[in-house]
Amino acid sequence: MMTNIRNFSIIAHIDHGKSTLADRLIQKVGLVEDRQFRDQILDNMDIERERGITIKSQVVTLPYVNHKGESFELNLIDTPGHVDFSYEVSRALTSCEGVLLVVDASQGVEAQTLANLYAALEHNLEIIPVINKIDLPSADIDRVKEQIEVDLGLDSDLSILCSAKEGTGIDDILEAITMMVPAPTGGMDEPLRALIFDAHYDPYRGVIISSRIFTGRISTGDTIRLMSNKATYRVEEVGIFQIRNIPRESLEAGEVGYIIAGIKRIRDVRVGDTITLDTEPASTPLPGFRIIKPVVFSSIYPMSSEDYGALNDALDKYVLNDASLVFQKDSSAALGMGFRCGFLGLLHLEIVQERLEREFGQSIIMTVPSVEYHFTLTDGKKVHIDNPLYYPDPATIDKSLEPYIRTSILIPERYMGAVMDLCLERRGENSKFNYPTQGRVEILFDMPLAEVLYDFYDRLKTVTQGYGSFDYDLLDYRESDLVRLDILVNSERVDALSQIVHKDRARARAVHACDRLKDEIPRHLFKIPIQGAIGGTIIARSTISPFRKDVTAKCYGGDITRKRKLLEKQKKGKKRMKMIGSVAIPQSAFVAVFKSEST
Amino acid sequence: MRLLISERESLNLNPNTSISPPGLYIHVPFCRSKCPYCGFYSVASTKLVPGWLHAFKKEVSLYKHRFDSFDSLYIGGGTPSLLDLGDLEDIMKCLFVHFHFQSNVEITLEANPGDMTDEKIRGLKSMGFNRVNLGVQSFDDPSLYYLGRRHNTHDAERALYLLRSYGFHNIGMDLIYGFETQTMDIWKETIRHALQFNPEHISCYQLTIEDKTPFQRMKDQGRLKPLDEEEECSFFLTGSDYLKENGYIQYEISNFAREEIFYSRHNCKYWDHTPYLGLGPAAHSFQGSRRWWNVRSIRQYCEALEKGEPPLGGFEDLTDEQIRLEDLFLGLRTQKGIRISGYQDNPDINKALSQLHELGYIELNQNRITSTQKGFLVADRLPLYLT
Repeated sequence: MMTNIRNFSIIAHIDHGKSTLADRLIQKVGLVEDRQFRDQILDNMDIERERGITIKSQVVTLPYVNHKGESFELNLIDTPGHVDFSYEVSRALTSCEGVLLVVDASQGVEAQTLANLYAALEHNLEIIPVINKIDLPSADIDRVKEQIEVDLGLDSDLSILCSAKEGTGIDDILEAITMMVPAPTGGMDEPLRALIFDAHYDPYRGVIISSRIFTGRISTGDTIRLMSNKATYRVEEVGIFQIRNIPRESLEAGEVGYIIAGIKRIRDVRVGDTITLDTEPASTPLPGFRIIKPVVFSSIYPMSSEDYGALNDALDKYVLNDASLVFQKDSSAALGMGFRCGFLGLLHLEIVQERLEREFGQSIIMTVPSVEYHFTLTDGKKVHIDNPLYYPDPATIDKSLEPYIRTSILIPERYMGAVMDLCLERRGENSKFNYPTQGRVEILFDMPLAEVLYDFYDRLKTVTQGYGSFDYDLLDYRESDLVRLDILVNSERVDALSQIVHKDRARARAVHACDRLKDEIPRHLFKIPIQGAIGGTIIARSTISPFRKDVTAKCYGGDITRKRKLLEKQKKGKKRMKMIGSVAIPQSAFVAVFKSEST
Repeated sequence: MRLLISERESLNLNPNTSISPPGLYIHVPFCRSKCPYCGFYSVASTKLVPGWLHAFKKEVSLYKHRFDSFDSLYIGGGTPSLLDLGDLEDIMKCLFVHFHFQSNVEITLEANPGDMTDEKIRGLKSMGFNRVNLGVQSFDDPSLYYLGRRHNTHDAERALYLLRSYGFHNIGMDLIYGFETQTMDIWKETIRHALQFNPEHISCYQLTIEDKTPFQRMKDQGRLKPLDEEEECSFFLTGSDYLKENGYIQYEISNFAREEIFYSRHNCKYWDHTPYLGLGPAAHSFQGSRRWWNVRSIRQYCEALEKGEPPLGGFEDLTDEQIRLEDLFLGLRTQKGIRISGYQDNPDINKALSQLHELGYIELNQNRITSTQKGFLVADRLPLYLT
């Protein structure tokens, strides 16, 4: 019965306790026994657990009986908690009728709280404010209520006080969902239209689609059609997820569940696409479908060139579960064969890197992240370049364009000066200031995306002592004065360290790269000059001085084994480094070039 | 005794090995007091000497017939010179009953200058010791005090004089350099002073802050400041040059001898995989491709031997690759160097060789690779470029 279904999501700024609250709801309705409870059930990847953010969404159907004894199916649709995955968030929200907007009782409203609120309003969702972490000594409920009233424009009297950690207020939340979130609507007799809002790959079942049925019905044995590419599949199983898959005969309008249809590759399924029946197709798909494109690019190389095949396999396996990563073959004079990869953002890049290393056991080097630049050449040709290796001959460039974003930074007012300086240093322009509440300011800037890739988060965190929060939207491409900065180690250009940068920022970046490489590359038996260059002009330099002395005074019977073991260890360490000419460069050096000093 | 069965199976694979007679080392783990820089195993008490001696004799009998006749015997420690003559005689008798020695055997006693009485020296001479290595360390009393030595300059001078007068023609002395209170002038003066006695052998050891020593703790607490790299280099170079100017041969990084016949025959065995047997707690042995070592505890040492078991602390069987690596790093520490064959075949190593040569770290001549003074200073690094 559609009237007993509620589809909702939890949205929150990072670390405001979204996952803990989800766990508590699952626990409360008895889907898992307390003693089996493993914290943060929905975040099932290690990295998510460690970073406390949800990367991939999932859905869980909570059976709930309210105080009047009526039974409900509450579909909790978990959304990714980071700006890199905003499209996936929007698809998940489309599948809901309401949201719990979680605000930390001591931190208050943050940038992503606002961004999330706007997203929820855009989708016409019922919003239930939840003030979480009221158990904290630093909780300031009155202040947060005022923010909810003033900043968010919501009725703070409706907000629910809770401590997900201690399990207080959970009943109130469940009741509020049944009372305030509207039941889904949609014609059961109309042709099938089901929205794909998530998909993941299961090695035994193939692709498992998470979907919201808007109209019609989908049953086992149906032949379905994906409306964007017209591919057809036979439905093997549909059902709902309650920590494990519970098969059902069919899913109907208003319901949320999973669909298994013998789809082999996750690439064949696009989030945002509409599923219909092949025999009785809908005339139009659900609105909002768009193909998401990567915005950040970097090359991945195996530490050791013989691992190229293994890295290829790992990437093939990786994209089974993350279709947003794109990759193609690439090669570098310094690092050999590798892959050029496109990511949704810097966080996505870091997640891919960590998962390749941790889950797939790959030892990799990533090159400096880049955005996609547009060049108009003197012959009128237009080229899109995301890899410094293919930077056009400067003499042939007529016009250079780079992507801009609109940033929103929410901070306590006292950090305004520092953040302004940072944004201006990063070529921010067209600034605007909003004062949502007393003492807080939202700073809006147009800024080149490339400037954000380069240690912006770290610097923002530092200058605001952790109080700054940050969000952005892509704007457009704007004309820019670009150069390619090359790095030479021991007079050899290391192509993997080249980067396309704005001319005015080149020197600072070159100095940074030279300094960091000096710290990261171990001393050798010879002097190693490190230089930053544009074309033939050296614009920065540092030098790694050679070892002068490294020798043990005594080497007799008892010393030999120890000494040999040390050498064996050092040899192994050297194997893990990349040889550029006669210089051994550790993996950390490649990363250090695009990280700030403090991290 | 399965441990000892391995014979010299893989040694002929090793181009640097000279098949010379084995050496015998005895570790006497007793001192009157512990020096704050020393990381060798010893206890500052002689209470356990009788028990140790009893166990030691059992250990000797375990190794009967396991080695060819020795041409070197080195009694080190610890401070073996603190043993009284009776105990030393006991040890010597036991060794000569159970082992074979070549007629020209080099017999060294490591000695503290403070122990070198008339009577002791006369006894040593009559027991057959023909080499004494004296722990002089410095001819500067404030330096000796800083190093926690129990003897003074006068003791050292007297010991050297007496040793000569009782007919010791092969005297070595150990000197230490590179510590906070030592100026370059003090170091040079110590060498000058040493040369007055015309010793056959001098070892110059740079002070090393060993793990778990009082000096290590002082360093951690900031009460001891190690020299910087440049200072260390100049102390090493000054000392080496001074001795070479005075006719000494630097046959290893820290070892100098007046003539080739005065090289420490025993110590050379460690550097070319000649077999050696080490007896006593913490002593290391090598035979075939196996290296093994005794427990680092007098109590455990005695307990094992009481049960008739070897007091084994551990062992390792070296692969050919490991033997080659040891040959490489040990060879590069000596004047003899290593044979070039095998190294030039690999193009990467060959390239590294010519680069190291160009940079002045090594010399290449007569099919051998040898370290220069500059190379000695980075001898722990060089092997990494040649494997």
